[in-house]
Amino acid sequence: MLIVKCPVCGAEGDETDFHAGGQAHVRRPATSDPSSVTDEEQRDYLFIRHNPKGLHFERWRCDRGCGKWFHAARDTVTMEFKAYYGITELPPADLIAQAKGPWAEYFANRLKAETKV
Amino acid sequence: MSKPHRLSTGGRFIDRTKRIHFSFDGKQLTGFAGDTVASAVHANGQRVFGRSFKYHRPRGVIGLGSEEMNALVGVGDGVRHEPNLRATQVELHEGLIAVSQNRWPSLKFDVGAINSHVSRFIPGGFYYKTFMWPQALWKHVYEPIIRRAAGLGKAPEGRDPDTYENIHVHCDVLVIGAGVAGLAAAEAAAATGAKVIIADENPRFGGLADISGGTIEGQALPDWASVKASMLADAGNVHVLNRTTVVGHWHHNFVMLFERVADHDPALLAAGVPRHRLWKVRAGQVILATGSIERPIAFANNDRPGVMLASAARGMVERYGVSPGSSGIVFTNNDDAYQTAIVLKDAGVGVRVVDSRSRAEGALPNKAREMGIAVDTGSVISAVNTSWGGLNITDVKVASYRKGQGRVIKEAKVACDFVAMSGGWNPALHLWCHNGGKIRFDDTLQTFRPDRHADAIRAVGAANGTFVLSNILEEAYAAGSAAAKAVKPEATSIAVSVPTAVQADEKPLEPIWFAPATGKYNEGNKHFIDYQNDVTAADLELAQREGYESVEHTKRYTTFGMATDQGKTSNLNGLGILSEATGKTIPEIGVTTFRPPYTPFSFGSVAGPLTKNLFLPIRRTAIYQWHLDQGAVWEPVGQWRRAYTYPKAGEDKHASIDREILCVRNKVGLLDASTLGKIEIKGPDAAEFLDRMYTNMFSTLKVGKCRYGLMMNELGFLSDDGVTVRLGDDHFLMHTTSGGADRIAAWLEEWLQTEWTHYRVFVTPVTEQWSQFAIAGPRARDVLAKLEPSFDISHEALPHMSFVEGKLGPYPIRLFRISFSGELSYEVATPSNFGLGLWKDILAAGAEFGLEAYGTEALHVLRAEKGYIVVGDETDGTTTPVDVGLDGLVSKKKADFIGKRSLEQSYLKGPDRKQLVGLLTEDPNDVLPDGAYAVRHVKDKPPMEMIGQVTSSYKSPTLGRSIAMALIQNGRSRMGETLSFPLPGGKVIRAKITDTVFYDKEGAKLNV
Repeated sequence: MLIVKCPVCGAEGDETDFHAGGQAHVRRPATSDPSSVTDEEQRDYLFIRHNPKGLHFERWRCDRGCGKWFHAARDTVTMEFKAYYGITELPPADLIAQAKGPWAEYFANRLKAETKV
Repeated sequence: MSKPHRLSTGGRFIDRTKRIHFSFDGKQLTGFAGDTVASAVHANGQRVFGRSFKYHRPRGVIGLGSEEMNALVGVGDGVRHEPNLRATQVELHEGLIAVSQNRWPSLKFDVGAINSHVSRFIPGGFYYKTFMWPQALWKHVYEPIIRRAAGLGKAPEGRDPDTYENIHVHCDVLVIGAGVAGLAAAEAAAATGAKVIIADENPRFGGLADISGGTIEGQALPDWASVKASMLADAGNVHVLNRTTVVGHWHHNFVMLFERVADHDPALLAAGVPRHRLWKVRAGQVILATGSIERPIAFANNDRPGVMLASAARGMVERYGVSPGSSGIVFTNNDDAYQTAIVLKDAGVGVRVVDSRSRAEGALPNKAREMGIAVDTGSVISAVNTSWGGLNITDVKVASYRKGQGRVIKEAKVACDFVAMSGGWNPALHLWCHNGGKIRFDDTLQTFRPDRHADAIRAVGAANGTFVLSNILEEAYAAGSAAAKAVKPEATSIAVSVPTAVQADEKPLEPIWFAPATGKYNEGNKHFIDYQNDVTAADLELAQREGYESVEHTKRYTTFGMATDQGKTSNLNGLGILSEATGKTIPEIGVTTFRPPYTPFSFGSVAGPLTKNLFLPIRRTAIYQWHLDQGAVWEPVGQWRRAYTYPKAGEDKHASIDREILCVRNKVGLLDASTLGKIEIKGPDAAEFLDRMYTNMFSTLKVGKCRYGLMMNELGFLSDDGVTVRLGDDHFLMHTTSGGADRIAAWLEEWLQTEWTHYRVFVTPVTEQWSQFAIAGPRARDVLAKLEPSFDISHEALPHMSFVEGKLGPYPIRLFRISFSGELSYEVATPSNFGLGLWKDILAAGAEFGLEAYGTEALHVLRAEKGYIVVGDETDGTTTPVDVGLDGLVSKKKADFIGKRSLEQSYLKGPDRKQLVGLLTEDPNDVLPDGAYAVRHVKDKPPMEMIGQVTSSYKSPTLGRSIAMALIQNGRSRMGETLSFPLPGGKVIRAKITDTVFYDKEGAKLNV
């Protein structure tokens, strides 16, 4: 049973005090441009999840505490939480650098968009 | 041959001045305080404890403690009976009642033993191979027989009278096991001031110290252990737990400890002490000092009663003063077991050593020879001969042996009545492996040792494969300090110096995985590997020949290592056999998974105090007591208790439900709808947010108006529905289903927090803040008028789907003109504290109009008569709004809302989707069962092609006939068609597809 810490209210507790919300940083295609979402994009959004051995970015909710959603980076082998960060935030730079698969692409796009602004 | 018996002297654990009376299989016996059931029954000359799982062979005690896999007993009488306890761990107390298990009719004669003689026909995988066909026989013939023949103990019947506890604890260092290593580690950790818990499954601390030989600082090991144990018990920062088994280790050092608080002493139970306590410990650091478990040797008929582990024979003599027999053979491949020979010789028991190694020149073998013990090196036991029925050993055959030899060349008969075997020692790695710890094979020890672990856990002593006493001490003290330091780097350490130890040097063992047998292999010669599941070396080899290459597949096919002992003694021997069968090394074979629990623990301790009323909290509305006083029949709805119906004197449930329905249709009824989910949604972006959440539009809703909304999940499936009211420009009140309130509030929060984070909206669940009642029926307005409303209630001022806030007499209320019955209906909400007062005033005001309370079943029939869906009845989690005919509520205008894009996916637009229709049975008195299947063609027996199922079905007193709704393939294009619903038992109900609205199709009754 994992120990999880909420970065919003600081509560630390058993994983049963929290709610695991699955893979983080999944882009919902219909939010930005609903008219151009292809069947494949929608399928991937609904069903395709990354299941790496090692670094994993995931969503949690502080269920018995402040009720806020937050992000966590966890090693699926050692079960170590590498970082907790806000639900609208990106992970720390060193973890972004280690990110693979769909996350790497997502982080790169987000960082690009942010520098444009 | 003479039977096992109590020796005239000796027995460190027993108190010969305290005689204890107990019974075993109904026979009255006596033992001494300090005995276990195993030692006391042995002392009475009885060696057989039960019958084996598959072959029903007689079995006796093999082990000394929790590794015991044969001698399982049921203890206690009636509702306090507890099955499957290891006789080696059950402490004797006055009046204890123990029974053997898995024998019929008696221990001495068991009809199931015929299995042993027909075992050629029941090889590994037998169950898979034989009981496949014919399928019909499985349920009524094969399964009951197998269960009766193969079952272990019987579960008690009736409610458990005892209490149980759970406790959550944090500690800096948890030391598992209180043998020499554990005590040393705990001492070192405690010296730093760290908060330490040390737990051991035995009543006494010390582990196997008392039978290991050697001294520490000149003290005999048991004396050293008891000094350390009392020192730890006195320390303020150490919690010592005996009779406490660590049953599992999980992520982040979450550890579960099972404490048998009162099993050993009925007086404690009688005083109200909890029987068991489950400790849920979160440890900063864990020190694994679980010691090691001796492994048996696979020789022919190594399961006969009287064949036991060398440590068990030694322990029986030294701890309990019980001789395993009058003369025995110690069969070993290592030096350690010579201690057993020495102990037996000292106790005056005849003994001879058979050593599979070609040379035995260590200190212990030499000492044994000096004592006059005969030692046959380069030898194995090739047969165990017994009296008829396998109950008593008469002699063994000793054959010459060279490493790797597969068959017997020369053998000689040696008379004896017991065998003490030792194939070496395996570190007890179970807890190390529960949570993904890696292990590695040690070629010297010929066993697995701990390797890496992701958690803060370290193994010491025998658990770590360290068997030399001075090394154990060094390792354990170092680990104790390091663990404490890791948790509390600032702790001031008091250096604990490692004491010096003296112990006989031991020469290395030589592995022997299989001892060749007299006669043909596997004809009466069973080399047992997993005793508890009756898996033999031959079974494992057969699995290999049949292609079960992976050890995990072999495990499942043969059930090797799958019994309640989780392979404690069998694991490595099994791997050794597989290694020899395949020519692969043991590390190449790999290990199977050890799973929690280490030993079984009670359900009572898991439940703890959370039983009866505390099992699940019950939510009650403000009107609960009134419902109770009226004799309401209850319906659980989630955690709520709702009134199902209110039968009057002489009425059955059907009569009262019909009365309530007709009262609403003809007069007026009152429903406690307080459980309905209520969520306030407020903020400048509230309207836009609701447009995202609902399938239909809410931004166009006018203030003071209500609208029915549908919610989908992202997959396009219906998840909830309800009426939402616009209280103000930026303020909405959402109603959800009773069961969906918490889920939908969390759902809204999730989208607000994670997707549309820029929306300025608050979501506040207010379900409990309001009592809400439906006043429904043609006279509803008359009732309302009597309640002195502070507002105009005329149809013109307050039409269907409108809202007003005001007062009813003294009560502040919100009034919604909405209907789930199809009648003129008002839902009135008042703060919960006023709920009961308003409820009673409504009843009083309505009396002259014939108003009666109605329950949830009447509510359901009323809504079904109108064809209103219930999410969860008409939908099953794969049902879209289109399927239930509510496509009109799915906005075409809105660009995006939850589930919209998924509805466009090809797989939701295909033909043959099930669509919601109404059903009228040909015989109006037939009421279709909920869930009944419609089939394309009725056949004599299943399978039949199913084309849909009934979702709701009732007898409608309004219509005087049955009505139903169903999801049927292409249902809406099959109006008028008659479908067949075959029921169990052969009856077929035929019903015509209709519209879903059975009553007041025009909705005239709503708009009055």
